[in-house]
This record gives sequence, structure tokens and C-alpha cells, in this order.
Amino acid sequence: MSKPKMFEKPIGVKDYLPDAVKKLRHIEREALACMEKWGYEQIMTPTMEFYDTVGVASSTSDQKLYKLLNNRGTTLVLRSEMTAPIARVVSSLLKESSFPLRLSYHSNVFRSIEEEAGREAEFFQTGVELVGDSSAEADAEVVALAIASLKAQGVERFKIAIGHVGFLNGLLGEALQNRKEEQELLKACLLGRDHVGYREQLGKLSLEEPVRRELESILRLRGGAEICEQAMQLHGGETAKDAINHLCETWEVLKAYDVCDHVLIDLTMIGDFSYYTGMTFEGYAADLGFPVVSGGRYDNLLSQFGRPAPATGFALKTTRILELLGAEDNVAEERTLIVYNTAGRKEALAEAQRLRGQGAAVVTERAESLDRELTDVVAVKQAEVMGDADNGTGAAAFSYKGLRYSELGVFLGVEGGGV
Amino acid sequence: MNGLSKEILKVAMPKGRIYKQASKLFREAGLPIPSDFDDTRKLIIELPEANMEFIMAKPVDVPTYVEYGVADIGIVGKDVLMEENKDVYELLDLGIAKCRMSVIGLPDWKPTIHPRVATKYPNVASAYFREQGQQVEVIKLNGSIELAPLIGLADRIVDMVETGQTLKENGLVEMESIFGITSRLIANRVSYRMKNDSIQSLCDKLHEVISAKV
Repeated sequence: MSKPKMFEKPIGVKDYLPDAVKKLRHIEREALACMEKWGYEQIMTPTMEFYDTVGVASSTSDQKLYKLLNNRGTTLVLRSEMTAPIARVVSSLLKESSFPLRLSYHSNVFRSIEEEAGREAEFFQTGVELVGDSSAEADAEVVALAIASLKAQGVERFKIAIGHVGFLNGLLGEALQNRKEEQELLKACLLGRDHVGYREQLGKLSLEEPVRRELESILRLRGGAEICEQAMQLHGGETAKDAINHLCETWEVLKAYDVCDHVLIDLTMIGDFSYYTGMTFEGYAADLGFPVVSGGRYDNLLSQFGRPAPATGFALKTTRILELLGAEDNVAEERTLIVYNTAGRKEALAEAQRLRGQGAAVVTERAESLDRELTDVVAVKQAEVMGDADNGTGAAAFSYKGLRYSELGVFLGVEGGGV
Repeated sequence: MNGLSKEILKVAMPKGRIYKQASKLFREAGLPIPSDFDDTRKLIIELPEANMEFIMAKPVDVPTYVEYGVADIGIVGKDVLMEENKDVYELLDLGIAKCRMSVIGLPDWKPTIHPRVATKYPNVASAYFREQGQQVEVIKLNGSIELAPLIGLADRIVDMVETGQTLKENGLVEMESIFGITSRLIANRVSYRMKNDSIQSLCDKLHEVISAKV
């Protein structure tokens, strides 16, 4: 590769300028505050982890992990998501804490080959993990919290689609008993969102016609609570029935949360089968082509760290949400500019400290370094001050060097003791 | 949800070969697409009476528009989908623009030590030969692929075959067929959920027309 030009940075990483940081901090704060109100406590974990522990346990595929070697030759990874690091903490440092544990996080994560559009090598995720509760109540709690968090961040029009991996596992397991390979083939089609391929595969398999029709019908299982009833009619055996029952229960709890307007059931939506073990969900906002939140139940992860426990959670794609809210105007901020010369310095800086103590944002600037436009404004102000002997600050919004100010303070003492 | 379903559905349409067949299919499904659309040079065509907007795109770019969500749905050949590998829903086989992806060579082709394959579809070609247990050098070309074996740039090519006429005229033969190609209806991940009603109803209408033909 040719030597990078001085302005360049690696592909997939971003700089955030002050306006973007303000928005980012805002949505991050709102989400975390919302999670805190639901009893979730924030934790932080290191940027680097061992490949053999967190790296292997993570749901991120191997080729997407950023790997590096430490000075002993041990392979490390940059964290690709927060669920596996939190599972490690829950199984070690928090070993003695009793379940359920409610934890939240906001953190940057790293992916080396992002196959998705809008490739990002580093991005922000804000999320929660609810560890130690396998009930439908727990699943509904995280869905309801995801909805509350999105609202708190200012996302207005969105939908959460919930599904269950057990439904499809059960249905395919029943229809294709002892035909594991064919089951995998069909799952791969659905995972790749290839409905045409799924129907083609069904056409090729030796299946009885009613079974084939039943398997084809699942592509339409999207909608409200009625979907659960339709799904119950299918012949999925115990596994699928349990899954549907669990979803129905979750739906009932979500009804009690009064959030069903935002939720739809989608039994064609499936997460990674090797990772998720129960309910999964994904959230979509109008005007954004990518999901804004994803989550689900992962009851097998904790056992890899030696403390088997059911767990469920979600991650908000904070960087994407930032894009969504990017167009909105930022709230105007109160800022004061204090202009002074050497003779007025002591008084000016003391006043600046006093105002900062009251919570104001204050910028101080030497009168000599002002540009011409502002020099005139300052002169007018100075005349006013001399006239009615105010303390030097007064209201008149203005712009200076790209920043908006609501107040101007002028502290121009007489240089050298006299004119 | 009802408020959302009334939103405009943005459709990425492939310009050229597939377009005429696709717009005919849409018309048969009851969508009021005027026939003069077929020859227009406009890039964005509004169809307010159907709550739709057509984006005229280069076929190979259709999955990109849909993946980013600037188009909700799109029509594209399976060849492009296989090559581009985008994260979109493949909802319906429209059964139009039928052809196949094939390996093509001269009739007297013999295995070579350094096999070279020219193609417009490098990902498809690499994946296919790897599956066959052959290591080949893939050369990406942008057009007139049939030239490559004739002038010795490559010993085989991977390309779309419709009637086989071009091959015959250039003395080439189809050696293996890789997969069949038809046009597909694809959808963005978010639109598929947020505009579920209008996408599903369009899907159903198209499906009816297509299954009546089979």
C-alpha cells in the first residue's frame, strides 16, 4: 500500500467534531439515564481482551475480529461487542453477586471487516444485559427498555420486531427429523434473507405436500398477536410450542408495559442460531436503512465463562441513531465572551470564574486579538458601560469566530495608569 | 403502522434489458405504469396514484441502493445478487430475463498449468472454482468477455448465457452451467418491516401474475 497522505485515517474510523460530539453525548446520556431509571448500573470493561476467552465466546465472526499480539505473543482482540466482556465480568468479579444482575454500558467497539454497508471499523453501542432471569418477564423488560431508550434518545417513529429461534428450530426439527443437513440449508437461506432460495430448497426436498406448504407459510408470519395463534396451528412439536408460548407471554407483558404499538411479531426474523437461544429482536426507524437496535436471549454464553446462567439484552446502534438525529438543530447554548486588556485582566478573570461557578460557559479573549468587527461592538459596549456604570456584562446575542454568544463582558481598564 | 404504510414506496428499477419486462409485469399486476416510461431519460419517476416512486439505476447498483435504504425495494438479476453479496431480502423470483451463468471456453480446451478465467463476475467465478477444487487466476473484464479466450488472455470465461448465439458466432462452447438466473424482487431490511403492508401487497399481486404464467 502506498504511504497514506497526512489527512488520511484508516478506513472505517471517524473523527467527531464539536457539534457531533454534543449530539453523541446527548443521546448517550439520555439512553444511560433511562437505563439507570430501570435499575441498570453502568459498567466499563477494557478495550482489549484475550482472543481465547472473550474473542472466541463473542458472537462476532472470527474474520471480523481485530486481532493483535502482545509482547508475550498472546493473541488479543479489540472488543467487538460488549456482551462477552460483561459475561466474563459477571462470572469472575461479580461471581458473588446474586442474580438477577442488571448492567448497562456505553462503549466503542471494533470490527475489522464490516460486510454490511456503511462499513465502520469503530462505532458506539449503548446497551444492557439482564443476567440470571429466564422468564418472559425478563425478555419483555429488555424490549420495553429498548423502546424507552429509543424514545429518550429522540427517535420517534420506530418498530421492534420480535421472533424466537426455538420456533424455527422446532418446526424444521419436526418436519425434517434426522435430516440435519437439510435443516441447516433452509436455515442458511433464512439467515441470508433469501426467501426465493428457501422456497427453491423446499421444492427440491422430498416432503409431503402439507408439510411443504406449512414450511412455506412461515414466510408470512409477520404481524401482531394474531401471528402467535397462527403459529400455534403449525406442527412444530414441543420446541416450537414452547417458543410460541414464551412469545405470547412476552407479548402479554409488553401489553402491560403499554408498548405494543411499537412491537410486531416476526417469526421469519432469526438471529445467529449458534448464539441466540430464545427470543430475538431487532428495531427499525423510519428514514434509516439499517437497524437501530438488536438483541435477544443468549442462555449458553455464561457457561463458557464458568457461571451458567440465562441472560438477555440488547445493544443500541448509537452511531446510527446519531445519523438519524443528525439533521435536527442543536439546542442553542448560553455562552459569554469576556474581553479585557492588561489593566482589566484581574477583574475580568475573576468575573469569568464567578460566572463559571454559576454554571455559565465563559470564553475570555484579549482585546488586542479581536477582529475588527467585534472591536466596534466592544467599543459600543464600552461606551455603554462608561455611561450607566453597569458591571460590564449585558445581553445581545452575537457570533464570534464560529461560536454563538449570548452575553458580552468588557473589562478595559486604563492602560499604564492614565490616559 | 397504518400511517407508515401510506408512505411512498421507492423502487429501484434496472435500466435496460430487464426494465421492459419488469414494467410489463408491474402493469399486469395492476400498477398504473404509463408505457412511455420505457423510453424516458428521467432518473426519478413519480407515480403518485400508486404511492410509488421509481429510481432508474444501473442494474449492478440496484442492490446497493436497496441495502442503504435509499430505495425500499428493487428489481435485479440473480447474477448481480450473487456477485455483490449485499444484505437485502430476496423476496420473489419474478421469472423474467431468464438466462444462466456458465463456464465457457474453446471447443478444444485442455487443462492448463496456470488456468486463467476472465469474467465480469470475479466473486462468482472465484467461489465456483474454489468449490470445484481448482485454483485459477481470475481476470476482471468489463465487457466483450468472449474476446478473452479468442485472443489468449484467458483459457476460459465465466459469463451470462441467454441464447448462446454470441458464443456460437465466436466459436465458443458452454462447458458447465453454474446457476440459473432470473430477476428477483429485493427489499431493504428496514423497509421490509416499516412498510410491510405495501411491500407484502405488491409481492402478492406480482406472485399472482407470475404463478398464472407457469
